Amino acid sequence: MKISRRNIVVLGVSAFSASLLPFNLLAQSDGQSAEDIIKEFTGGANIGSGDIMLTTPEIAENGNTVPISVESKKATAIKILALGNPGPDVVTFKFGPLSATRSASTRIRLRKTQDVLAIAKLEDGSFIQDIKKVKVTIGGCGG
Amino acid sequence: MISRRHFLQASIASSFIFNSMGINNSAKVMAQQQISENNLLDFKSFGNITIMHITDIHGQLKPLYFREPDINLGVGNVLGKPPHITGKEFLRYFNIPIKSADAYSLSSEGFSNLAKTYGKMGGLDRIATVVKSIRSEKPNALLLDGGDTWQGSYTALKTNGMDMVKAFNLLGVNAMTSHWEFTLGIERVMELVENHLNFPFLGANIFDTEWDERAFEPYTFTEQNGKKIAIIGQAFPYMPIANPSWMFPGLSFGIREKNIQNIVNEVKSKNADLVVLLSHNGFDVDRQLASRTQGIDIIFCGHTHDALPTPIIENKTLLIASGSNGKFLSRIDLNVDKGIKDFKFKLIPIFSDVISSDKEMDNLIKEERKPFLSILKEEIGETESVLYRRGNFNGTWDDLICNAIIDERGADIALSPGFRWGPSLIPGSKITVEDIYNATAMSYPKVYLTEMTGNMLKIILEDVADNLFNPDPYYQQGGDMVRVGGMGYKIDINKSQGNRISEMTMLKTGDRIEPEKNYKVGGWASVNESTEGPPVWDLVEKYIRRKKIIQIEKNNSVKVITG
Repeated sequence: MKISRRNIVVLGVSAFSASLLPFNLLAQSDGQSAEDIIKEFTGGANIGSGDIMLTTPEIAENGNTVPISVESKKATAIKILALGNPGPDVVTFKFGPLSATRSASTRIRLRKTQDVLAIAKLEDGSFIQDIKKVKVTIGGCGG
Repeated sequence: MISRRHFLQASIASSFIFNSMGINNSAKVMAQQQISENNLLDFKSFGNITIMHITDIHGQLKPLYFREPDINLGVGNVLGKPPHITGKEFLRYFNIPIKSADAYSLSSEGFSNLAKTYGKMGGLDRIATVVKSIRSEKPNALLLDGGDTWQGSYTALKTNGMDMVKAFNLLGVNAMTSHWEFTLGIERVMELVENHLNFPFLGANIFDTEWDERAFEPYTFTEQNGKKIAIIGQAFPYMPIANPSWMFPGLSFGIREKNIQNIVNEVKSKNADLVVLLSHNGFDVDRQLASRTQGIDIIFCGHTHDALPTPIIENKTLLIASGSNGKFLSRIDLNVDKGIKDFKFKLIPIFSDVISSDKEMDNLIKEERKPFLSILKEEIGETESVLYRRGNFNGTWDDLICNAIIDERGADIALSPGFRWGPSLIPGSKITVEDIYNATAMSYPKVYLTEMTGNMLKIILEDVADNLFNPDPYYQQGGDMVRVGGMGYKIDINKSQGNRISEMTMLKTGDRIEPEKNYKVGGWASVNESTEGPPVWDLVEKYIRRKKIIQIEKNNSVKVITG
């Protein structure tokens, strides 16, 4: 029996491996590179660090739906990028003056082990970022 | 066998004044303060709080042999730090004489010979004796169970964990956390927790995936001498990744460091005098968690099966590692007044030839085993080699299992997961049905046979290696390397994922594994629901029956580069 890459997920040691699943996010991002997306968001301004907290699991339980949340008290907008996805642009949250909290959470799909980047645009027009590595693994041998 | 007196002298106890201690390199100093006790049960009672801890019993009701690893490599910040030292180095670090009872219980050094001198360890009836003795003096002493309790033996498998639930109710456990418990399936877990368990089943890091709401109680409060103790439970973080997620759909785990900090803050705001984390994170994850959180007084560690004779201190948090399989019970007496003022600790080795059996628990164990006794005792073969599992790359039990998979299923290459449970057998032992199940009993035992390309095999080895040797403990899963039969390889543990494994070679022919070529691969414990094949215990039994005498040759098939 010859198995395909996809079948190995079913047959082998693996629970799951997103890196082996064929999907393509290019269509969602018009093929833009992370660099271009960031430049478009910041207008080329420097990105510092500060009051921004991106929360992700260290290891994804399911790469197809990875829960993330982000918080930055003075943000007017926060952009999330999945740097290892074919289309890295995930979402931009916008906060108005009446937003109760400047935080948001969602679930994202991650193709493989990669960094997730959150960039906040603050009320004073400056930018800060937080970055977290999320591992996507075959798993199956813990214990 | 050893006398009671020898045993008492062997056990290490340590005590010191917390505030006078440096944060670093305390462990060695503590071990050197080795004192002889007149009586094991005469731990000089101390302070206002006493806590006992056992963990990773893995279904073992009876005394057993358990060989500690001779290789347990640490990477990154934990290189050369306990528990990542083994054998003679471990003995030197903790100032333990070779051939002593402590050397036998805590290291692999001279294991097979010392086993004949010092005998089996553990047994829940012996543990019950120790617990009762401590409670006769300290009636409110807490007993915490770190989980991996309901799986690992024939009787736990056949009773779906009920034998262990009954035994731990009788033992008087105050709280537990979990890992392998969930491999009984979520329905069974809920049934046991809701209808049978007499104490809280804590999991502060368990959430439902749909609404992200708490699925289990995160913590519980208890009091001793007017001091309020918060016990927070942390289940194994990588449950749905390392074990079959289809058995507990809808649950999410994870380390959730921020969540733990929030809960610590919450219990402190409710006036906790002592904050305890009952954890199944694994030692390195706990150490990192302690370094990055504030306010946890003690972490009782589990999962990685480490036994350390003294607590390790990290960022003012005491880390206590109580071993596995019932070999040890940790006791800590604390003087608490707005935090820990001082404490006294002892890792009590449960030498089953020395500690008497508790009647009540013995009766329960006999009752639970009775229906299965004739099956359990059946002798299948004999082993001339020591059979053990622990070690980063291979152990003789898994060599045996891999050989059985290759022979019985006609595989080129066999894979056996890097589990850390499974007691040992010393040379000259009969191998019974019970022994086989002790190394294999779990709820997804099917032995699959499939074809994989050389490329795929490399991807799997790289993936598992990164779960073991990623320099950041938060990215580790706490198992050992997948054991490989029929194929050798070289591993450089300090490289990055994708670059650690090389020189993959078929042992039979000496040929290199070709990336595009297909190989027949057999293995067990696949986390996929649709796996087909015979259960591993049947296959191993058939193999041993055929061989009659088991002899495992020294396994040199993995070349390890650590430098």
